[in-house]
Amino acid sequence: MKIDKNQLLRFTTAGSVDDGKSTLIGRLLYDSKSIFEDQLAAVKNSSKQKGIEGVDLAMFTDGLKDEREQGITIDVAYRYFTTPKRKFIIADTPGHIQYTRNMVTGASTANAAVVLIDARHGVIEQTKRHTFIASLLNIPHIIVCVNKMDLVSYSEETFNSIVEQFEEFSSKLLIKDVRYIPISALDGDNVVNRSENMTWFQGSPMLHELETLHISSDINKIDARFPVQTVLRPQRKGFEDYRGYAGRIASGIYRVNEEVAILPSGFTSKIKTINVGETEVEEAFAPMSVAITLEDDVDISRGDMIVKKNNQPKLSQEFDVMLCWLNNAPLKSRTKYTIMHTSNEQKAVIKEVVYKVDVNTFKRNEEDKDLTMNDIARVKLKTSHRLMIDSYRDNRSTGSIILVDESTKETVAAGMIV
Amino acid sequence: MSTYYLNYLEELESEAIFILREVWGQFQNPVILFSGGKDSILITHLAKKAFHPAKIPFALMHVDTGHNFPEAIQFRDDLAKQLGVNLIVGSVQESIDKGRVTEEKGKNATRNALQITTLLDSLEEHKVDCAIGGGRRDEEKARAKERFFSHRDEFGQWDPKNQRPELWNLLNGKYFEGEHFRAFPISNWTEMDVWNYLTKEKIEIPSLYLAHQRDVVKRNGSWIPNSEFLKLEPNEEIVSKKIRFRTLGDITITGGIESDADTMEKIVEEVSTMRETERGNRSDDKRSETAMEDRKKDGYF
Repeated sequence: MKIDKNQLLRFTTAGSVDDGKSTLIGRLLYDSKSIFEDQLAAVKNSSKQKGIEGVDLAMFTDGLKDEREQGITIDVAYRYFTTPKRKFIIADTPGHIQYTRNMVTGASTANAAVVLIDARHGVIEQTKRHTFIASLLNIPHIIVCVNKMDLVSYSEETFNSIVEQFEEFSSKLLIKDVRYIPISALDGDNVVNRSENMTWFQGSPMLHELETLHISSDINKIDARFPVQTVLRPQRKGFEDYRGYAGRIASGIYRVNEEVAILPSGFTSKIKTINVGETEVEEAFAPMSVAITLEDDVDISRGDMIVKKNNQPKLSQEFDVMLCWLNNAPLKSRTKYTIMHTSNEQKAVIKEVVYKVDVNTFKRNEEDKDLTMNDIARVKLKTSHRLMIDSYRDNRSTGSIILVDESTKETVAAGMIV
Repeated sequence: MSTYYLNYLEELESEAIFILREVWGQFQNPVILFSGGKDSILITHLAKKAFHPAKIPFALMHVDTGHNFPEAIQFRDDLAKQLGVNLIVGSVQESIDKGRVTEEKGKNATRNALQITTLLDSLEEHKVDCAIGGGRRDEEKARAKERFFSHRDEFGQWDPKNQRPELWNLLNGKYFEGEHFRAFPISNWTEMDVWNYLTKEKIEIPSLYLAHQRDVVKRNGSWIPNSEFLKLEPNEEIVSKKIRFRTLGDITITGGIESDADTMEKIVEEVSTMRETERGNRSDDKRSETAMEDRKKDGYF
């Protein structure tokens, strides 16, 4: 299939345990003809062993032994499919509450979230929790799929009342783009093909929505941020004086001859060349991986950031973040964690837990200061050196951090700069 | 370039280059696991782009089972020489000779699982703290669960239930002495993406991927190539067929497919109409439903 000009869309699924996420993905893959015959044969065989008539669509996604045995999704799995219009990456994330951290993992880079609601149960706590996380992570597009419409006689009224419920609670959240689709993942209504059972629905099937979402503006193209990953110093003929700064443009656009500032030092210079591999280009934009050379010999190393002279991030050692605690070990007060921010690494301590958020009611709790697995809280961070930061709302790349516990080397928390 | 967005291949390329540079930024002694197959060739090509005009800063490490396609070995040696990078070869035969592993017996014996010991021994011997691999999440259901930076404990084991969360582009490559990481820069590529990219970039690959007349024998539904390691069963006979290979593993277990695709463009065309996964002809994956997961838990890449 030739799709050379096509974009990549990353989406994640959210919803409660039995809302049918795996079935929906299985249906999407199956109806878009992305399932190979040997995979189909293997699943048919396993379905039969489990005593299931026909094909258990959910089995296309659960890959680990324990998942198949228990019939649940434990960890994020990534799935791929391509249509003549787009290439898709699905982060298939678990619905179980104890795996919320994996949902966050899958959602952090998504352009869109597909939130599943069981038509029989309507909006429940899990729906709110996942939608809240999606809004916190600033996922640009939300598609609400009211599933199992076959079990409520394809009722337009039921659908409308769920839309109303969702609108009511989500109006308190920062979500830019929400769409609603009544579906039956099991039977394939409004997933890839338009449903004949719900002629009252005027919108498009889910796949069509995913194919046509406008995603070019999901990346910040205004504020130019270039975190340096590594410095290229080739020891070879013809490149004796070459010093290239290699990295991936986090946001914005860079052009040859533009005046730039190097942070945190504050030195200024001009862009001499921009390279993508061996090819020299006049301009480059996020999310391109490039190598930049400058007119002047400036001391730059990994963790530094090249920005436009007249548009700079904040340099700060103390700032607030919305923190999602991801680890079994709770927050230890006064512990020095390693903070990772773009390609920069420093030490950090949590000076104060300002409030915890009840992800079911969105209420703030200023009394309880203990952070344990899956908690979300606003905290005050202090770092050993100044970081070049933007707010997460403005910039998903330069507004995000993780904390690493040096005693276990594990990632214990993910944060969004307020 | 007035619209300022990347197409999917450019975005995958950019992501892979980012990860390769992150490996270099975070680890002391990384290597590229190089088998001579298309995925490791692609990784090596991406590494060339990531560090241009500097040389690829990684050695290539090949775990040699001794049951190779001779052409793949020739290709490996030529590429390492052309790039001017160090080539480390870990030999399964040596591991057998030293008594580190015991050869499987029986009709379907392979050296696939034996690679694990040789790989882990080689990583330890050369003090490698990150092994970059060409694994893709679309290949196999256990691989679909893989992170870009994948932690391995001191026994080389993968624990799928305790993976580090991986958010945004923030990759945590911290480890204790004796542990190591595997990095998978092309996690998000599919077989089709790989072929589209190899074709677009005109990257050279072993001609085993192209259809030629070859001597083969039908076994378990696949065309297994004739080689010095092949022991014919009484009911089997060698025939000549126009064959190409979708994957290159051990010569003893890699089944070819009947095909007329003798150019890259024709391969792209053919792959787009394939109704079977590329590993469908790999007998190592057919051993049980969780064969790959079980191997990976033991240290397989």
